[in-house]
Order: sequence, then C-alpha cells, then structure tokens
Amino acid sequence: MAMAAALMAGALRRGRAGVGGASEMALRRLVSTLIIAEHEGGLVKPSSLSALAAAEAIAKENKVSLLLGGSGPTLHKAAQHAASSHPLVNEVLVADSDVFAHPLAEPWAELLRSVQQKGGYSHVIASSTSFGKNLLPRAAALLDVSPVTDVTAISEPRVFVRPIYAGNALCTVRYTGESPCMMSIRSTSFSLATESMSETKVAPITQVDLSFLSEASSRKSSWVNLTSQDTERPDLANARVVVTGGRGLKSAENFKLLEQLAEKLGAAVGATRAAVDAGYVPNELQVGQTGKIVAPELYIAFGVSGAIQHLAGMRDSKYIVAVNKDADAPIFQVADYGIVGDLFQVLEELLEKIPDKK
Amino acid sequence: MKILVAVKRVVDYAVKVRVRPDRTAVDTASVKMSMNPFCEIAVEEALRLREAGAASEVVAATVGPAQAADTLRTALAMGADRAVHVLHDPDPARPLLPLAVAKILRALALQESPGLLILGKQAIDDDCNQTGQMLAALLNWPQGTFASKVIIDKDKQKATVEREVDGGTETICLDLPAVITTDLRLNQPRYATLPNIMKAKSKVIKKVTPADLNVDVRSDMEVLRVDEPPKRKAGVILSSVDELLDKLKNEARVL
Repeated sequence: MAMAAALMAGALRRGRAGVGGASEMALRRLVSTLIIAEHEGGLVKPSSLSALAAAEAIAKENKVSLLLGGSGPTLHKAAQHAASSHPLVNEVLVADSDVFAHPLAEPWAELLRSVQQKGGYSHVIASSTSFGKNLLPRAAALLDVSPVTDVTAISEPRVFVRPIYAGNALCTVRYTGESPCMMSIRSTSFSLATESMSETKVAPITQVDLSFLSEASSRKSSWVNLTSQDTERPDLANARVVVTGGRGLKSAENFKLLEQLAEKLGAAVGATRAAVDAGYVPNELQVGQTGKIVAPELYIAFGVSGAIQHLAGMRDSKYIVAVNKDADAPIFQVADYGIVGDLFQVLEELLEKIPDKK
Repeated sequence: MKILVAVKRVVDYAVKVRVRPDRTAVDTASVKMSMNPFCEIAVEEALRLREAGAASEVVAATVGPAQAADTLRTALAMGADRAVHVLHDPDPARPLLPLAVAKILRALALQESPGLLILGKQAIDDDCNQTGQMLAALLNWPQGTFASKVIIDKDKQKATVEREVDGGTETICLDLPAVITTDLRLNQPRYATLPNIMKAKSKVIKKVTPADLNVDVRSDMEVLRVDEPPKRKAGVILSSVDELLDKLKNEARVL
C-alpha cells in the first residue's frame, strides 16, 4: 500500500513535469480521492454525500475513500451507511477515538495528514461546512499545499470554478502545485444522481492506524460545549423551500408568522444579517456571504432589501420570490416573482390560502 | 502579552465590483479600497483586550503593495501601537495565496513572539477563509476560528472562545499562544477620531519584504479566467397573493 502510494506520488510528479495533455492524462488515470465525511445519528450528512458528486466530476473512475471519525455505535452505523452510499466508494476509513468525538481542528488535521501520507491521494475533498472550513486549511498547511475554497464546478481534475467577491465574480483556477489537490466544495452546487445510490455495492471498512496520535503529545485545545437551537424544521442548507425574513419583520414576535408559513410549506426559516443583529433570530439562521449558502427550489424573502452580502448566499435558488414595500429594493432585480406591498398583509393572506401540510 | 493582528486592504464592501473586459480579473483600479471588515473586528478585539489589561501591545501587520500602508494607518488610528508592512506587489494571474501569507505571518510571529494572533475569518475579495487556520498549523498553535466571543485568562495562559458553527455556538478552550479568527458578531469596531488619526501619523510602520523574512511566495494557483456570474432573467411584479400562488403552482410548479 505504502509503496503503491509512493509510486503514484512519483508518477504524479513526473506527470506534472511533462507538458499539457500528457500530464492531464497521467493525472486522469491516477485519480484517487479522500473525502472527509461528517456524520450525525448514524448517517453520513447530505453535504458529505454531495462531495461524492464532486469526486465523480473529477473523474468517472475515481477511487474514493471516505474518512469518518468519532467514537461509539453511531460512528460504526455511519461507516456502514458510507460503505454502501455510492459505487465510487472504494474504502471507508474509520478513526475510532474519543479525540475525534468533537470537531477540534488540531487532532483532525493530524489525522488527515497521516491518512493522506499513507494513502497518497491525488485529491482531498471536504464540504464547505463550518467543520470543513475549520479543518481543511489547517491540514493543507501541514501538507504544504494550497486548497481551493468553495468549489462550485469542476471542469478538469485540477481546474475549478469558485465564487469570489461575494459571488459577484466567478473565478476559474488551475491548481499547479504538489499532490494532493485539496478543496472544499459548495454542497448546493453538487448533487448525486439518485440512480447511482441504489446500486448494491458495499465497500470494505478499515480502521485507521492512530499511532500518530501518541506522537502529538500535548493537546492544546479542548472542547467545552455546543449550544444548539432545537428545531424540527428541515436543515437550512438542504431545504427544498426557504422562507427568509429581514429587518422588515420588525420583531422576534413577527418571525413566528414566518415560522407558521414555513410549517405549512415544509420549509426552513432563514434570516438576513440585519434580522440576526437586531436579535430577532439566532445567527445560525443567517443566509449570506458570512452565513449559510442555500440554493433551494423556492426562496421567499420577506422584508429583505437584497444587500450583495445576502444575495451571495441565495442567488443560486431556482425560484426567488420577494415581498417588500420598497419597489426599488435590489432584491427585486434577482426575484422571479415580486410583490410590492406590506409584508404582513401578504404573509397573513398566504397563511390563509395555503393549505396545511398533511 | 503582545497581540499581533493581520489586516488586509480590499475593495470596499459596499462597492459593486465589475469584471474586467479581458476577463483576467475584477477591476480594482480607481475603486474605493478599505480595510477588510473582518480585519477591523480583529483590530477592535485586540484593542479591547489591551484596554482590559489582557495585553500590553497591539501590533498590526499587512502583506501588500505600497498603498496597503493606508490600511495600517487605519489600524494605527484605531489604536494599534505600531505596524509592520510586508511589501508585495501581486501579479493578478498569480495572486498571493493564503499559504504564502500564512508563511509570512509565521515569520513575523517568530520575530515578535506574540501571545495571541488575531485575524479576520475571511477576506471579502478572495473569500478563501484559510489564512488563520494555515498560520495556526504552521506555528503548531491551537486555533479558534469564527469567534463570536473571546475571554483571556492571563494567569492560566488560556483563551476561551465561543465559535459560530453550523447549528449553534460552540465553546472551546485554547492554550496560549493561539490563533483566533473573527466572526462578524465578535464586536462593533470603533471609528478612528481625528486626534487619533493625527497621532497615527507619527507611529512607526516598519517595512520589510518577503525575501527579508526568507519566505518564498510562489503560487500554486493559476487564474485562468474571471467571469460575471450568470444573470437571472428578469422577473415580474405581481399585484396579488392569488396571482403569486397561481404562478408558483402552475408556472414554477414548486408548490
């Protein structure tokens, strides 16, 4: 295994020394991808499954290893889910230790470095979640390579598109450095074809050798707690419908109306930075450049002006509806359907006219 | 304890950027430039920690062209004690990557030996969200990214950091020295007053180059093209809720 990895790393290096097409071809043949998979309640998270679609976009015949960490029965249930999640999955690597029970970047980055050095992957993918963004750059620096953030499209194994300037420009870059080519992907830009999921192929599950952990003698960080907002509604980043409120909602009390509408639509509730800063809702509901990036089928914005930082988080939604009393609000420039008027009247009418979800 | 704060000069957040006609980059000539908003929050946090007695000195640093000195002056006018300017003129086709910036900042950190490094969580131009994490890795220091609250315990040499993560707020505890990156809700940056702007003019900005620091700024990323995002087709303004429901059901078919 180690020798194969060394041979491959050598081949990649030689491939780069060659010119143009030849090196691309050498690369295509030798693609193998490590995906850092997040899991919850015994299942691989949807954002990590999107990384499989990205791996498929890198190469049709991509040998994919999924890395899962944590401890306890949910880890092993998630590993089984990972093993049968996609025909591309070649192997599931499990790092079973209390050290990985919490998402601390320091031990996780060491894990990633160790797994990469053994496996010699050509690509490493994480999703652009708070976990992925915290971990991937740290691991990349340990491996002395530059990662690509928030990839939204892959045209060649080393050519990527990513949004810059809050999504106001799309930058196409070619990674020209050493292996591995590391990236975080915007999960809303990649979706798995459902038919590929139904194939019954179960990849082997391997325990990761954790002997590197003893070398890292001192733990410089510790996890204290997580305060989370209990909600029964779908996850904001993956919801099919999102209803969002801005400063125009005027109070936390009025956000309850949005929640009622969300209930009827089976939607997630989002908010603008203004609404979060005003204390109407907790900050994990924030949609935008500095919050969550969403791309639902339907996005309904109430009292949202449409600042560029907000648009960066929702401009890829399939249908955008805006309700605002200001006809000049920039949100109307991206909305498919707009209503200029009092949002409370519109909200009330919608609540009346939309039937309850069974 | 000394705090080192990294700041970046970027296109002002309120500017609507345009892609250059040759599609090589975003047009930054004759556009208003400012300090990256997350960096302002980093400077503010460092100043508050100094005012609370947790730190004795705040040093601001930047990597960038000659004009980036303005950004350092802003940090000095806010209250930073002195500044270091690492001069680098970037080539648009081979931009300076976070890894190179992290290596430069590591070199500065080894010279200055701060007890805390504070950076913004991301620059609003390249939107990378990498430099702080990379710097922490290179120094083998712990990291507290996306911080919305920072408490320093000087005696125990520990920092307690509340972080904004998906699904809530996470609290972690870090041994100092550490790297912290700021989220928007960490604080409200102060305005520089006129007397402080005047005072900042006499504060020292030390100039060095990446070569002085023995850092190779090679770039492993080639920008092939910069495009405008696809335009959304013009929408319609509707006059009633009934019309909206009809459109959503029968035209968009999303209800």
